[in-house]
Amino acid sequence: MSTSIKPYLRLSGLEPLIIRPETNFVNVGERTNVTGSKKFARLIKENKYEEALSVARQQVESGAQILDVNMDDALLEGVQAMTTFLNLLQAEPDIAKIPIMIDSSKFEIIEAGLKCVQGKCIVNSISMKEGEEKFIQQAFICQSYGASIIVMAFDEKGQADTRERKIEICYRAYKILTEQVGYAPQDIIFDPNIFAVATGIEEHNNYAVDFIEATKEIKRLMPLTKVSGGVSNVSFSFRGNDHVREAIHSVFLFHAIKAGMDMGIVNAGQLVVYDEIEPTLRNLCEDVLLNRNNDNNEATEKLIVHAETVKAKGKVEIKDEAWRNTSVEERLKHSLVNGITDYIDIDTEEARVKYPKPLDVIEGPLMDGMNVVGDLFGSGKMFLPQVVKSARVMKKSVAVLTPYIEQEKEERKQAHLKAGTENKEAAGAAKILLATVKGDVHDIGKNIVGVVLGCNGYDITDLGVMVPTDKILDAAQKENVDIIGLSGLITPSLDEMVHIAKEMKRRNMKQPLLIGGATTSRTHTAVKIAPEYENGVVHVLDASRSVTVAGSLLNKEMKIDFLKNIDTEYKQLKENFDNKRTVKNYLSYDEAKKNKVKIDWNNYTPVAPTFTGTKVFADYDLNELRQYIDWKPFFIAWEMHGNFPEILNDGVVGKEATKLYDDANALLDKIIKEKWLNAKGVVGFWEAASKDDEVELKKGNIKLNFLRQQIQKAKDQPNLSLADFIRPSSDYIGAFAVTIHGIENHIKAFEANHDDYNKIMLQALADRLAEAFAECLHKRTRNEFWGYAKDEQLSNEDLIHEKYQGIRPAPGYPACPDHTEKYKLFELLNATENTGITLTESLAMYPASSVCGWYFSHPQSQYFGVGKITKDQLADYANRKKMPIEELERWLGQNLE
Amino acid sequence: MSIQQELEKRILVIDGAMGTMIQRHKLEEKDYRGERFKNWHCDVKGNNDLLSITQPEIIIGIHKQYLEAGADIIETNTFSSTVIAQADYEMQALAYELNVASAKCARAAIDQFQSNQTSHITQQKFVAGAIGPLNKTLSLSPDVNNPGYRAVTFDEVVAAYYEQIKGLVDGGVDILLIETIFDTLNAKAAIFAIKKYFRDTKQKELPVMISGTITDASGRTLSGQTLEAFYTSVMHAKPLSVGLNCALGAAEMRSHIEELSEIASCYTSAYPNAGLPNAMGEYDEQPHQTAHFIEEWANEGFVNIVGGCCGTTPDHIKHIAEHVKNISPRKLPIIETALA
Repeated sequence: MSTSIKPYLRLSGLEPLIIRPETNFVNVGERTNVTGSKKFARLIKENKYEEALSVARQQVESGAQILDVNMDDALLEGVQAMTTFLNLLQAEPDIAKIPIMIDSSKFEIIEAGLKCVQGKCIVNSISMKEGEEKFIQQAFICQSYGASIIVMAFDEKGQADTRERKIEICYRAYKILTEQVGYAPQDIIFDPNIFAVATGIEEHNNYAVDFIEATKEIKRLMPLTKVSGGVSNVSFSFRGNDHVREAIHSVFLFHAIKAGMDMGIVNAGQLVVYDEIEPTLRNLCEDVLLNRNNDNNEATEKLIVHAETVKAKGKVEIKDEAWRNTSVEERLKHSLVNGITDYIDIDTEEARVKYPKPLDVIEGPLMDGMNVVGDLFGSGKMFLPQVVKSARVMKKSVAVLTPYIEQEKEERKQAHLKAGTENKEAAGAAKILLATVKGDVHDIGKNIVGVVLGCNGYDITDLGVMVPTDKILDAAQKENVDIIGLSGLITPSLDEMVHIAKEMKRRNMKQPLLIGGATTSRTHTAVKIAPEYENGVVHVLDASRSVTVAGSLLNKEMKIDFLKNIDTEYKQLKENFDNKRTVKNYLSYDEAKKNKVKIDWNNYTPVAPTFTGTKVFADYDLNELRQYIDWKPFFIAWEMHGNFPEILNDGVVGKEATKLYDDANALLDKIIKEKWLNAKGVVGFWEAASKDDEVELKKGNIKLNFLRQQIQKAKDQPNLSLADFIRPSSDYIGAFAVTIHGIENHIKAFEANHDDYNKIMLQALADRLAEAFAECLHKRTRNEFWGYAKDEQLSNEDLIHEKYQGIRPAPGYPACPDHTEKYKLFELLNATENTGITLTESLAMYPASSVCGWYFSHPQSQYFGVGKITKDQLADYANRKKMPIEELERWLGQNLE
Repeated sequence: MSIQQELEKRILVIDGAMGTMIQRHKLEEKDYRGERFKNWHCDVKGNNDLLSITQPEIIIGIHKQYLEAGADIIETNTFSSTVIAQADYEMQALAYELNVASAKCARAAIDQFQSNQTSHITQQKFVAGAIGPLNKTLSLSPDVNNPGYRAVTFDEVVAAYYEQIKGLVDGGVDILLIETIFDTLNAKAAIFAIKKYFRDTKQKELPVMISGTITDASGRTLSGQTLEAFYTSVMHAKPLSVGLNCALGAAEMRSHIEELSEIASCYTSAYPNAGLPNAMGEYDEQPHQTAHFIEEWANEGFVNIVGGCCGTTPDHIKHIAEHVKNISPRKLPIIETALA
């Protein structure tokens, strides 16, 4: 009797994974993906591979059966990142035990990954997007490495949306793979594209049915193949309503798995059991997904209406008021820890009467409560949004007490005057001065640091934004502050900070200097700022760290050791940096120019925009912009890191993230309803032609100047310049600027009400709306104004992951790091007049919630970082721009060795 | 007759250790060097593969002893004949030539053996080009403090194997044998090189035998894979056979070869060491003992190809050949093409 071998999909890491018919839906771990996980992306970018491995480990521990690894980021050397990560991963048996899915849109990255893994991998993905020949060639290579492959339903004509197209493309790919390449059918996995339904657009109503029916037919025609897909796309129109989304996912999977779907990227912990979905909701989801009873979007409308009710229902909470029966101290503590302002005024008043002096209330019950908050925050049991709410309670309480404290002070002063004695009241809490440096207008992060430090009992002086050096240092000396904290978001702010450090030395100041803000880094602080000032320069990663840093600096015994450790650490960093710097090889500028992006211009006809010149949007509909909001950065602003919407159900921060999200949406509702904010924007398109690294516009003889990468690249890798994406003979370029006006008065109102929580919330929302506006106009530009991608089918997630054709880089950011080109952009768009945005001397935009950039349409155009350039390019660039080299050195400091 | 046809009929026997047999000749530095390398700038004693050039008669003689003992397949003396492994003797430039020379030694041994046969039925014999594991690995870092470090790249390993394969094919081997695999990624590079070589030269692929090494009681390869994970990782080679050799004696190998016989869709092979080494590093399992174990495997239907690795001698092979002679080979499993 011989045994038999079944045609199952077999994969392996250190251990085998066999997918049998009775195997349940296979979960693919998705967090080791730089496009999907901000945390993972940050760790990779900061070369913290060891920590990045912990993300992978966590995926395995939470039940991933396959690990998806993706390093597609314009700012990463994808091949190198993939190689480094996978090599390290092989040394971790608890992770390497499961098979790897090597995920990239760049085949060279896929191949680099295949060279690192001994097990049998899945390649994600290849397709016939660029024709049969390339498809076959890539399939042969995957086969030589023994990998299974995901084939996207994508051909020369585009991504398949209908049932027929999905089946047709998959079947065609199957024939080619099995007959010409010799692939075993069980090693082929199809991704027939899951798109969003219930978008309000009737053509989208059948997308789920198309997927399910295509899956059924694919499995009938090709029974050994597998079907995979990204599930969360389907419910995208209901984002913000996870109750409904989870129901949709479960209903969708119920039908898709029945039809034969085998695996997918889905958060399994979030799925509800099909049978336990409330029947009305389940039926409505089924109607929408299966496109039943859906003439004139009827089913969609019904689900939307029902969704609102279940959302509202979900929110009803029975308030537990038992705590009101406890002592006033307990009540104050409860209010502080839980961020409740409802009773703070009466409770404070009760305490004031009870205690001998009003200051005793602050030093007694209030500080006790805040200490609990501090402990909980320090041990990771409270999160930033909660702490800010606690601070709001504290401030309100203090506001009740302040008049009495002032009155007492005044009485004592009068008594002293009467008696002819000297008033020797103690100095009180340690003072910390905060400021956003000259030329920079961003202050969300600094405000959060101020609140958190304030909560911990420090006396905060916040000088606001765009503060010149002298003003900061004069105030510090006059107030005799204990610590100075600087913040900045844009790159020129880094130089400003170096300048401030030098000035502090010149003035013989003694206070330690804290550095923070999105553009700052430990390395920059160690290499550029710390050497300029010897009484302590410390980079502070986020608000939560600021407390321990301030604590260490203000404790006389700890301070010496703390600064000594920092000094050693920074010297090591600087030494590493200096050593590392010498190993990089640069091409001469001439050589780099020769290695430009190779674009076959002879076979390319630029699409003409529907108009040239500008189009102004004086008051864009905020309701529309709301749909485009990318929530992930919003949570990051609140120091909650994770993917959206998954973060809402995160085991650790999920509950607080949901609260924050609900509060944000409530405020957003109010903003929109009461017209608090005004979105202004402008887009423009012009005829243009490139010559080397310049782009000449017909309009006004304006020449845009771009910089080119000079770092020695791997073979066949071009040295990129944005100018490469513009056709030399004739082409088009576009630009945009958008802003959100009107937050100032509301910020003032919140401040007056001691409501930092809503103040920071409003600032963060204004930023999100500006970004959403940019995303929205970019989409309309692609589909409508310029119209070079009229047929694109992208979900909001795709938009966030930049899956579209064409790019919108901003002057001052990695692909075109020269901020001064913003002058030209503003001139072309007449941006100040059209949108009310002004530029500071550091070329930051005011209002702070503003975004601008260039539009490039060529399919090969991509985001990248220019990186370091050498003197020859700098000289040439200065000559082209007719600017003194010294001035450019200042602007481009980050890009010079 | 093709090897596939032979395998349908009977259990084939592969030869035993080359190194053990060379040791018996007690060769000195000057013997290794021969005339051609008498002035070589560094010591070459221990470079056994070099003997195919400098002492071909010794190598041919060993092959002939195995053939006379009953081996159907003999392995070329090329375990270390790659540009990477030859670096130990600074003989990288000889890699190709070593493979051609060794393949010719094996071929010559078969010719001489068959011409001496008195029977009119000449038994078919096969030359397997031996592709060793290299002294550098792709999945493991040699630096404990830097687990991401690799002493060699995948592309370098592919290039080294490609050159070896070219030499073996040019020298006339019948089969390519990737053996003593303790890092599967090295083996995958060898498979990649084989596929590439035959695609580049537009020749029909030679049959490929794959033989991994389970290093200890954990039942895993040195690079950490379970046996099934290992097999899954090399399936795409569509090998003639998959099996195990080295590191373990037959007693320790039994459960693994049993497992393999259940999951492999191709033929299976097993050539264990002559037991585990004693305190002196010598193997002392006697020929009849080894043969006894292997006979039991054959009776259980675990194997298609059997033989010996470190410590085995023509005497071991003779016993093994005699013990399995009349036992039917393992039947290939039915490869189903539908799920139902």
